[in-house]
This record gives sequence, C-alpha cells and structure tokens, in this order.
Amino acid sequence: MRLAVLLLALLAAAENPGERVVHVVARKFTYSPDVIELQQGVPAIIELTSADRDHGFTVPDLGLRIDVEPGKTARVRIVPGKVGTFEFHCDVFCGSGHEEMAGRIVVSAPGAAGGTGGH
Amino acid sequence: MGSSTRREFLQIAGVGGVVFASGLLEACSKLGTRPDPSPAMADDFYFVQLSDTHWGYKGPANPEATVELPRAIDLVNALPQAPDFVVFTGDLTHTTDDDQERRQRMAQVRDHLGRLRVRNLRLMAGEHDASLDRGAAFQEFFGPLRYSFDHKGVHFVVLDNVSDPKGILGDAQIDWLSKDLKPLPKEAPIVVFTHRPLFDLKPDWDWTTADGTRAIDVLHAYPHVTVFYGHIHQEHHHQTDHIAHHAARSLMFPLPAPGSQPKRAPLPWDPTHPGKGLGLRDVDTDPRQPAYNLREIPLAAES
Repeated sequence: MRLAVLLLALLAAAENPGERVVHVVARKFTYSPDVIELQQGVPAIIELTSADRDHGFTVPDLGLRIDVEPGKTARVRIVPGKVGTFEFHCDVFCGSGHEEMAGRIVVSAPGAAGGTGGH
Repeated sequence: MGSSTRREFLQIAGVGGVVFASGLLEACSKLGTRPDPSPAMADDFYFVQLSDTHWGYKGPANPEATVELPRAIDLVNALPQAPDFVVFTGDLTHTTDDDQERRQRMAQVRDHLGRLRVRNLRLMAGEHDASLDRGAAFQEFFGPLRYSFDHKGVHFVVLDNVSDPKGILGDAQIDWLSKDLKPLPKEAPIVVFTHRPLFDLKPDWDWTTADGTRAIDVLHAYPHVTVFYGHIHQEHHHQTDHIAHHAARSLMFPLPAPGSQPKRAPLPWDPTHPGKGLGLRDVDTDPRQPAYNLREIPLAAES
C-alpha cells in the first residue's frame, strides 16, 4: 500500500495543466459518476470529494487508492496503460450500503468511442 | 469416553457429517448415552467457530433472519460433548448508523449467547459491529477488540482488523503482536482468530486486510500457525507458505465464491432449502502435533 501511495504522490507531482479532470462525488453509498471512461495512454485527473463522511477510492487492479474526506479534494492522476474495465470501490467502511458502493473505470483504445464519461 | 477421541465417538455414534440437533440427540439416545457437558480430555480438545450472524439484518437474502442464531445455539448445546470454548469471528450484528439501535442489537445477541451451555466464549468484532464507532459499543458489551489467551498448550491470538474503518491492523497492533509472540518458543502451536482474511483473497471485493501481510510476516517466523476467520460467509481454505487460513460459513446469508459472479451480492435465498449455505464449524485440536481437524456443520438440510 505504501508503494501505491508513493506512486500516487509521484503521479500527482507529474500533473500537467490542461489535462482532463473527471470530478467524482462520493456519498453513502454511491459514486457519481460510477462509470469513468478513459482512453489508453491519455492522462487524466480523477478529482474526488465527499458529500457526507469519510470514504475511500481504491482500484486494486491499477494499484490506486486514496482517502476521500469531507472538506478535502483528493486528486489522482492516471495514465491508463491498458484497455479494459477496472472496478473501484469504497474501502473505508461507511455503513449499511458500504458493500455496494462501487463503480468502474472503462479504458478504451486510442481513437475508439468513449472517453467522455465523467465530464 | 475412555481413550476414544471425540471424533471417534462421533463416528461410533454415527453422527459425523451432517448433524441436526434433534437427530443428534436421537442418536445419543439410541446408544444409551447422553450429551456430556464435561470438559474435553486434558490433551486434545475442540472448539466451535461461529461467524457472521449479522443480527438485525433485514433483507431478501434471509427472510428468516431471527431464526439462525437460536438454531446455531441449539446445535452447539446439543453436541454430545461440550466444546472447550466457542469463538465468534465477528459481525455479530448487522451495521446500523443508529448508535442506540447498534447497542440494542448487541444486547439481544448477548442475551442469545447467554443460552449457550458453554460459558467460555471468545468474542471478536467484525466491521459491521465496530467500524462506525471504532469499536466503542462492542467493547461495552463484549470486551476488548484484541487479546490473546492460552488453552491447553495452544496460544490463541485475536486480531482486530475492523475497528479502523480502513480495515487495517495498524502499527500499534503489529507491534503488540510481535511482543505477544516473543516469549513463545518457536515450536509453539499458535492459532489466530481474525475477521477479515489477512491475505489478499479478493481485494476488489474488500476481502483483504490492507496491511495483513505485515501480520503474516510476523507470524511467518513460527512454524505452527493456523488462522481462522469469517467475513466471506463461506468455507474457504488457503495457504500462505506454512500458514493455513480457514474461513467459516455465516449464520445469516452465504456469499458467492471469490470471483464467481460480477458482484459480491449474497446468494439468493432458496425457499425450498431455508438456511442453505449457512453453518458452523468445530475444530478438533491436538496440541501435540499440532493438528486441527475441521468439521463443517450445516445449519439446515442442503439437498
């Protein structure tokens, strides 16, 4: 996990102006949007805020995780390296619907349709 | 019982495998025996693992939600020889945002557990019990979140990977574990009880402990370590090198095998087989080997 955190820090430091930003709001027990469409090789910033309480945002298959806390903005820079669908979920227990609080990142090939979700 | 082990007794009595309270008592009656409440033999012993009652759950995955815990207690009370102790590996209650309701559910569980003939209970929290208030209510009703104890030559450790809502053990607990084990001889039999799996069973279903590998690293130095846990609502067995990890069934609803369906939603309730997939486990323990023989006890008929 420490490696992932370090990776996130490095990625955040590499953020460039003008990159696409996807805003995601976490609240019990959903993410909005819950489908984030990206394109392979195209950098994007996922910017997360919480509308109620502490949540988490983790994408195990991409080695990403970050805390999402009220009053703060969590930012994750991602450069998708492979095409596919990657599930994310809340990993900070938040109540009776916690187990259903999830979504997915869909990475399409360069030039393919998609890549517009979450604007 | 003479020199027969408890398992031999069960085989003689013809009650190995699927056991129901009434059938068990009937089998004992036919043999002219009665359930023996006395402690197990001095050397080997057995304990019972219950898990994931989720008391207070209301939903389609179990429309008979108030039946299962009393039924499990009846089963344990009907065992022909009383276990040395009963361990409950977390999620005694289903989570609620209402602190008062959480305490009410815990009080009800405590009342039910009071019916157990076995008075030696070892309780621990799951995230549904403890994550929203960092274990405050659980400690009021059931005691500490982490502890260790010795029983007939086996060192038992209860780890808390739920009261931190991030599902971690934390630095302080890893240090505590190291210090707790340090006085033990390397060959000591060690059993760990925990709620979440310590290893990465299926992280995208939250079936993991984020820093569980740190605990496994500490335990790895000891050659005789076995872990019993809950959380995943099904029987499951896994090895990390020489350490065996055994998950128990739930007493509320079964969950799917890891990765067998897109989401970890509970398996549908089967009205033709109420209670299917639910159960408890007893564990024959021989500290001299050490060896653990597991017997899964379904809560109801499965076919």
